[in-house]
Amino acid sequence: MIVAERKSITELLDMLPNDSKVLVLGCGTCVTVCLAGGEREVSIIASALRIASKARGLGYTVSELTIERQCDNIFIEQAAEAIEKVDVVLSLGCGAGVQAIAERFLKKPVYAGLNTKFLGILEERGMWTEKCAQCGSCVLHQYGGICPITRCAKHLLNGPCGGSREDRCEVRPDRPCAWQLIYQRLKGIGQLDRLEKIEPPKQWSTSLSGGPRVIIREDHRI
Amino acid sequence: MNEKATTIIAFCCIYCAYAAADLAGSMRLQYTSNVRIIRTPCTGRLEVEFFLRALENGADGVLVAGCEEGSCHFKEGNLIAKRRVAYARKLLAESGLEQERLKMVNVSAAGARPLIEHIKEMAETVNKLGPSPLNRAGESIRQEAKL
Repeated sequence: MIVAERKSITELLDMLPNDSKVLVLGCGTCVTVCLAGGEREVSIIASALRIASKARGLGYTVSELTIERQCDNIFIEQAAEAIEKVDVVLSLGCGAGVQAIAERFLKKPVYAGLNTKFLGILEERGMWTEKCAQCGSCVLHQYGGICPITRCAKHLLNGPCGGSREDRCEVRPDRPCAWQLIYQRLKGIGQLDRLEKIEPPKQWSTSLSGGPRVIIREDHRI
Repeated sequence: MNEKATTIIAFCCIYCAYAAADLAGSMRLQYTSNVRIIRTPCTGRLEVEFFLRALENGADGVLVAGCEEGSCHFKEGNLIAKRRVAYARKLLAESGLEQERLKMVNVSAAGARPLIEHIKEMAETVNKLGPSPLNRAGESIRQEAKL
């Protein structure tokens, strides 16, 4: 899922214009699961904004709404009425959600209340870790299901680097060395021979380096 | 400042602080009259927005009173509450409201006197800080309390 993090209230106050009607708009999908922009966070941030408005005399009128998905027009439609009534929208969706709302409501300023961080999973309660860098051409099958691009700090396709210490990453000692994990995993599934193959430099044109990506499925187009 | 002009909401866990408040009543111990006690099944039930909403709606201080650490009826409800209070205090500071207006304390069911001391301390803090800048909306709370 997409993992995001709340911007500080101070940042939000700097962003939002004074004396405005603000809709705090949550998203019920990924950002709900990573506890950054779901219904509960909407309630907390809206409350904090109202407190800040009264304490600092900022003149906000804050309303709240959470829709199922901010990146889908069918669900965005459900927010249309609430959005029409306000001056600005503070979206607690991911970067895609913010842009989808902005594209749909041409005359309405839409601000991002979250910093969208990465594609990851809940590793422990209250702790999310990055698992996929969306490079556009997946190599997971070669590395026992552990992504060296995302999880090795040096993105090495022919690791390890030699700097890891006691299975810890040299760059982030609080994180495991991805290459240690890859070795253990390949050993466990009897595929250590994969490491004998030298991987050529990766083709990065499928990543964001090749410009914004589009997927077209002709079989689904009308 | 007249403490009748302020309101403190005290969220009290039924297994400790609420029982302690009850005991305080039986012992005829006096505490400040501006405290409104809300009984909760466990402080772990309290969400961040409970504290924010209380302050937003005009409370001048919020006291969260849970069991002593290690003796929560639900094992770790009070520890969850401790982290939530810390998070809410950070939000308050960022919002421009004094974070001292929200505080968590731990008392046992037999701790009538400690609870009263905590309430008095909170009342003193609120008196020092003055009425909440948000408490225009709080007029309704106080009027309701008078009825």
